[in-house]
Amino acid sequence: MHISSRPAAAPAVPDTGRTTLPADARPLSRAAKGEVGRVVRVGLDGVIHDSLNPEELERRLLEIGFVEGARVEILHEGLFGRDPIAVRVDDMRVALRRREAEAILITRWQPDGASPAGAALHVIAEDTRP
Amino acid sequence: MSLASPFSHGGAPRIALVGNPNCGKTALFNALTGSRQKVANYAGVTVERKEGSFTTPGGHRVQVLDLPGTYSLRARSPDEEVTRDVVLGRFRGEAEPDLLVCVADATNLRLVLRLVLELKMVGRPLLLALNMFDIAKHRGIEIDVDRLSAELGVPVVPTVAVRRAGTVDLLKRIDAAAEGLEVVAPGTGNTWHEPSAEEVRATHREAERIIKLAVRPPTRPDTWTTRLDTVLLNPVAGLLILLTILFFMFQAVFTWAQPVMDGIKAGFDGLSAWINGTLPDGLLRSLITDGVIAGVGSVVVFLPQIVILFTFIILLEDFGYMPRAAFLMDKIMGGAGLHGRAFIPLLSSFACAIPGIMATRVIDNRRDRLATIMVAPLMTCSARIPVYTLIISAFVPDRTVGGAFSLQGLVMFGLYAAGILSALLVAFVMRRLVWRGTVEPFLMELPAYKVPDAKNLVMGVWTRAKAFLQRAGTTILSIMILIWFLSSFPGAPEGATDPAIDYSIAGMVGHWLQPLVAPIGFNWQMTVALIPGMAAREVAVAALGTVYAVGGGEENVSALMDTLGHSWSLATALSFLAWYVFAPQCASTLGVVRRETNSLKWPIIMFVYMTTLAYLASLATYHIAASLGWA
Repeated sequence: MHISSRPAAAPAVPDTGRTTLPADARPLSRAAKGEVGRVVRVGLDGVIHDSLNPEELERRLLEIGFVEGARVEILHEGLFGRDPIAVRVDDMRVALRRREAEAILITRWQPDGASPAGAALHVIAEDTRP
Repeated sequence: MSLASPFSHGGAPRIALVGNPNCGKTALFNALTGSRQKVANYAGVTVERKEGSFTTPGGHRVQVLDLPGTYSLRARSPDEEVTRDVVLGRFRGEAEPDLLVCVADATNLRLVLRLVLELKMVGRPLLLALNMFDIAKHRGIEIDVDRLSAELGVPVVPTVAVRRAGTVDLLKRIDAAAEGLEVVAPGTGNTWHEPSAEEVRATHREAERIIKLAVRPPTRPDTWTTRLDTVLLNPVAGLLILLTILFFMFQAVFTWAQPVMDGIKAGFDGLSAWINGTLPDGLLRSLITDGVIAGVGSVVVFLPQIVILFTFIILLEDFGYMPRAAFLMDKIMGGAGLHGRAFIPLLSSFACAIPGIMATRVIDNRRDRLATIMVAPLMTCSARIPVYTLIISAFVPDRTVGGAFSLQGLVMFGLYAAGILSALLVAFVMRRLVWRGTVEPFLMELPAYKVPDAKNLVMGVWTRAKAFLQRAGTTILSIMILIWFLSSFPGAPEGATDPAIDYSIAGMVGHWLQPLVAPIGFNWQMTVALIPGMAAREVAVAALGTVYAVGGGEENVSALMDTLGHSWSLATALSFLAWYVFAPQCASTLGVVRRETNSLKWPIIMFVYMTTLAYLASLATYHIAASLGWA
């Protein structure tokens, strides 16, 4: 069994290993149509989500292409409550509900691709490899 | 590694096709097998099993299995569990595959390369087929096949499933592999385990690295999909277009099928008439005409609707519209706890629940699919219309209310509305109260639009039609013969004055059930009519004609209307209408549910819950009407 690098029971400071989030990081669920961003973190640390357990949701999001460093752009929104959303993830399109998009943190997109946030996260991700 | 053929066990080599959803895997399967394919269910589960066979140019006969699409071997649904277990060779009753062919959409490699890296860990002989290679080329995507193969450590072969020559290279590989040449990644030990989130990230990075080395991004990206989505996913225009498509589809199922259905019906009636004129009166004649011919006829008559509906569904699926439609409908259907994709089956159920229930195959999640199947028969199908019309015209005065609305029309509308509302309510109870807990996330790829391929369409529709006739046919036919038996045995005694059905088992059951249905205002004639009425809802009209001994049956509806108008109270008539909104008066529907869920449990649950609802609705209707002085 793989042991997560993020301890499940650490409510006060849940995330010591990955605290280098950029200041403007916010969930994809709050982004509006037309917004472009870079994924800086996937997964809700310790937060109980009402659809799936956080680890399962994280893996499903990763499997469909929401990985740290990916470019995301909100293409379309549903009519009611602007939900669900259609997102361009790198070179493909994915539809999801805002509820699930809560587990994806994004930062402003910097077109040169050398976004400091992305780079920093990449290093962290390397460190947490089992 | 040994150079022995991966197919060295002597029997016909077995290939399994694995790939992401929408990668053209089924098109490749169709291209390889042609019409030599078989659709069934995997043992013990409701997942569809598609197997076929073909002979390679080198003369090797090969079995090929089209596994459900997946992004990972880490199964998330029963379909994906089948893929995982077959790939790992641990699915009970399935032989281990000798060769895994991973099918990739060459225009969209990112996610599938991670799947390939996962499949490599399984340690089975493996080959990557780059499908839709022509489209990738056309877009200016340059794939260095040798480099890709070297970096992955898996042989790669380009394919174009929709073209005749597009599978030549793949077939050559399979032949060479059968000769023992090392043209596929050889079998090693299985080191696969369920990857953690960090391992998914790591494989993803590896896939990214390989893509950077071996794939040059498109010089002419697909702008059609973006342009079409601007309209089709527009919150307002998109919904209007969806409703237009649905309206057109519903009209087609409803009206285009009618002449063909009438033709089929006339054909079977003619056959019955011919046999009636040829054979002497007796049991054998009755069995052939009322049992077998009526039974087969009642199955075949649904075929036009099924063919039309599946033509639409497969066209929309191949075009790539289905996930968009689910996107647009998700919020609306989600209110009742149903999946966005449930609207097509439910809409089709207005024509007939049978194609509707078959259409639930577009829903991946098992519980979402079951909930949709269970409520589909509550939608007012066209077979209820003759019953509604008969009762409404006999009992509801033909006058206008509120200045413009026909009272009869309003009652009809109310019956439709009652069906829709109760379906949403039952779905809500099932998904939100019975199956509480995990709400399946709505997370799906919106694939690029593609022009549907005619050959795939024909084969898809043919497969559905065949499956319906073979599997549902046997179940439905046997139920029909049972109903015939109940309505015919024992026969009327010499010199009997009442209709023969009174003396049959159905008649006895009707009399026996009478005290049970007295509270809902039904008389014994109605109860007796409900038993042959199980064959199909509209049969109740003819059955009422039979028990009331009104000559001419269906043709002489106005005589029947008079009889009913005199012998039923208004409260009884309304109670009968309420019964028909809910009651599972259709053996064919139960037969199809049996086939689609692969179990007896679900048709039984459906029968029980619908009968209960019908009884309660009739009880309430009868007593409310009686208290209004209509008894």
